Amino acid sequence: MNSSLVLLQLLNGLQLGMVLFLVAAGLTLVFGVMDFINLAHGVQYTLGAYLTAASTAYFANFGIGLIVGLASAAVLGYLLELLVFRVLTSRSHLEQVLGTFGVILIVTDAMKLIFGPAPISFSAPEALSGMVMLTPTLAYPLWRMLIILAGVGVALLLWLLVARTRIGMLVRAGSTDREIVDLMGVNIDRLFVLVFVFGALLAAFAGAMAGPLISVEPTMGDNIVILAFVVIVVGGIGSVRGAFFAAILIGVVDVLGRAFATTLLKSVIGASAATAAGPALASMLIYILMVLILMARPAGLFSASGAT
Amino acid sequence: MRKTQISALMASTLLVSAFAASATVSAEPVKIGFVATLSGPSAPLGVHMRNGFQLALKELGGKLGGQPTEVVIVDDELKPDVAVTKVKGLLERDKVNVVAGVVFSNVMMAIAKPVFESETLLVSGNAGPSPLAGAGCSPFFFSASYQNDQNHEAMGAYAQAKGFKRVVLMTPNYQAGRDSLAGFKRYYKGEVVEEMLTPLGQLDFSAELAKLAASGADAVFTFMPGGMGVALVKQFSQSGLNKKMQFLSAFTVDETTLPATKDAAEGMISGAQWAPNLENAENKAFVAAYEKEFGAPPSLYASQGYDLAKLLDGAIKTTGGNVSDKAALRKAIAAAPFKSVRGAFKFNANGFPIQDFFVVKAVKRADGAFVTQMQEKIFSAQSDAYVAQCALK
Amino acid sequence: MNDMNRAAVVNPALKQDLLTGFAVIGALFAALATAQIAGAPYLTSLIGRIAITSIAALSLSFLIGQAGLVSFGHAAPIGIGAYVALMLAAGGTTDLSIQLSAAFILAALIALITGPIALKTRGVTFIMLTLAFAQMFFYVASSLVSWGGDDGMALAQRSTLFGYQILRTDAMLAAFSIALLAVILLANTWMAHTRFGLVLKAMTENERRVAANGFEVNHFLLYAFVIAAGVAAVSGVLLANQANYVSPAYLNWHRSGELIVIVVLGGVGRLPGAVLASALVILFEEFLGHYTEYWKLGLGLTIVAIVLLRGRDLGAFFGVRNQGARP
Repeated sequence: MNSSLVLLQLLNGLQLGMVLFLVAAGLTLVFGVMDFINLAHGVQYTLGAYLTAASTAYFANFGIGLIVGLASAAVLGYLLELLVFRVLTSRSHLEQVLGTFGVILIVTDAMKLIFGPAPISFSAPEALSGMVMLTPTLAYPLWRMLIILAGVGVALLLWLLVARTRIGMLVRAGSTDREIVDLMGVNIDRLFVLVFVFGALLAAFAGAMAGPLISVEPTMGDNIVILAFVVIVVGGIGSVRGAFFAAILIGVVDVLGRAFATTLLKSVIGASAATAAGPALASMLIYILMVLILMARPAGLFSASGAT
Repeated sequence: MRKTQISALMASTLLVSAFAASATVSAEPVKIGFVATLSGPSAPLGVHMRNGFQLALKELGGKLGGQPTEVVIVDDELKPDVAVTKVKGLLERDKVNVVAGVVFSNVMMAIAKPVFESETLLVSGNAGPSPLAGAGCSPFFFSASYQNDQNHEAMGAYAQAKGFKRVVLMTPNYQAGRDSLAGFKRYYKGEVVEEMLTPLGQLDFSAELAKLAASGADAVFTFMPGGMGVALVKQFSQSGLNKKMQFLSAFTVDETTLPATKDAAEGMISGAQWAPNLENAENKAFVAAYEKEFGAPPSLYASQGYDLAKLLDGAIKTTGGNVSDKAALRKAIAAAPFKSVRGAFKFNANGFPIQDFFVVKAVKRADGAFVTQMQEKIFSAQSDAYVAQCALK
Repeated sequence: MNDMNRAAVVNPALKQDLLTGFAVIGALFAALATAQIAGAPYLTSLIGRIAITSIAALSLSFLIGQAGLVSFGHAAPIGIGAYVALMLAAGGTTDLSIQLSAAFILAALIALITGPIALKTRGVTFIMLTLAFAQMFFYVASSLVSWGGDDGMALAQRSTLFGYQILRTDAMLAAFSIALLAVILLANTWMAHTRFGLVLKAMTENERRVAANGFEVNHFLLYAFVIAAGVAAVSGVLLANQANYVSPAYLNWHRSGELIVIVVLGGVGRLPGAVLASALVILFEEFLGHYTEYWKLGLGLTIVAIVLLRGRDLGAFFGVRNQGARP
């Protein structure tokens, strides 16, 4: 276990964290502003990957494919908002869970109907799929590096939007006290549409960036949305800053656990026991972390509204 | 205990068949219950197997052994309890004559008991778990595919023959994964640098690949079916490891995943009992017909589904269309009265095939499609490792 | 917190709740008898599955409706119950009286440990903490290599009761499950009308006011959480018998999600509604799944349509009254 391997694993954790952040950002905003639990947020991730893959194949150009794919994912997100989510925002959390669960079933099977159950082809453009030399001896996949940079870029953009613009101010106000913002004459529904579509776009972007690495298949959004919920609860609901740091924390802990848990356990409990327990422990690690953090800070690391 | 159970089963089979034989052959259609995983991330395997089966049935004019045939297809969702309920439905509601298909071993292990208890024949189109090949073998079971360990054994023998000195093994952390390691190591005697077990369904292999790169191994052997394999292959190539070490696998790089991985998988080596370019007339006709029907090359799962239908067709022909005489049908199946797209094919005492195994390589065909291609034969007329533990003779 | 349970609360009468409960149970028994007489053993096992899922859904419905606690980890106690049955049966202990009490006690004890931690929070954080604990048990079950690991393992033999093989056939299993469901349904209905139930219900309306009245809020919630876990474990023992198979898939978060969906579909707090919704989802899968592999599309559309169009739920549709007891 040398230092360059640890460094690589930290970068891997950071990269996973950035994908999680892109998905969690929209989730935490929608939740924070509209008090809307959207289980179907992972669907946007799936749509982003599928639509970008399909349009990249159609235009034979990743750049155009990305723009067309994200634009169409955003349009579909808007349609979902218009047809389903708009009605659900005025309902109880449980009805939101039920309705958005139904949406997951619909979109998953629709993808299966249109694109087939098998994973579809989606690879990074040739020029971006090589390695980048971090030091003369340390190479890292360029595409993963791009994901990290894109995540940090989006985080900065979001910080500017939330901290420096009028819309951002309304979003912050909305996540603290929605009724007051409503009473002040702000069209909260329009604000919600804006926040929702923007969040959908970010999740679709995450899917489009992760697509060339993983396998693009109908159920790809299922697990990511669970991790995104872990991220926003750990980070503090409604807090973009919280989501950013929590995503990095979850990503790094998950990767380090997978990389080193079995090896470390071997020195403690012996090789055969470690081979059995190591992978299970590595998978559990983020949930253990979440429980510990929430025991200490029930409102998460960065609570948006202070006291809850 | 096992022996008495089996002989009890045999005795009751004979009893049932004595009654059945005295009855006249009914005009009822042959009923096949086809179990496949058709939803979730692993659906492509089930879809291929079902496509192969349906293609053969279509070629046979919708008849097996000349009898009108009804196929009831159920989706096991890769959930053992769901599979058990649905298979009970096949046995009790649909009263099927044969239960066929099944992609995953855990589903197979869950449904085997109720199917055997109802004294119905179970013919696997893919899953070949070791208990059913060894001590838990049953007179009601046949496999039209392989025993789970065998394709991994082929890779182990290949790695040994090619003189790979240091190999890293990597599989999902579940029974079939651990079995694959055992199968590989049965024939590979070089140094296993590390065994990496990943959670089932994991799609990000960054941590494992970084360790792999640091390991200095000259080959990696892996078993990552479905989407996991797609993700691993893409990330493996992208990290430049494909230029540093050989990628050996089984059930990972095949025609269900190649449409997604394309060039990323080019040149990767797998163990298999079939490939689209095997030289025999049946195979050529099958591959051409499959591509015409479904617009994509078949995978080994499709070839198994196809063989399964042809096997049942041949057996029902032998019994003269009688499917209620189970002992006779069993005997007919055991003779493997069909021409496999794999070439030589016969059944062992435990109902598993004795067949050849090959090394196949992922290549890009002239028409742009990515397929696996037979490179060399590794095993000839190979039996599985568990048949000696089976009490059936 | 309050908005977790916005379903209308009608002034209830214990008698009418019991009548509705009896009607649902009677319908299940009638369906079972019809299936037996008609010689449709397949329907029998389907009815058994409905009854078993109903027990699990009922325990969660009580937790959500009465105590306002949305557990996203209810698959964990079900799985624990199933593994208790698997392990005891492998050791030769097949008696239901032992299996059921062991499953109930073990799941309740575990809930007694995880509950206080999760109950430090409310709302979505509570949901995610229950999910976290369930995930941990899922991974523990997957790593039990000697119990089949991720693949799971067949049950050595079905459970017995005082030496009688009362679960020998699927019809017997279904009848036993319905009987147990009846007991649990009645117990839950009764509990909703006791002081315990009334305090719980009052807390979902206004937790602070109840606390101000001198009630230890978290103690009451913890009791509800522990009881619900125990009852879910009971359904796990039956599930293991029904499938003759136990695997970590029983603890998967998808299962917890499906249970929440069933409870909400049936109407929060409408206990017989949970039974109806279990039947609906299982029959949907069974009959639509028979025709198309895209049956989930149909289920999804149905769910969304139910939520959007009526804004009500199945229980209300079938005229099942909300059991929330508020004077």
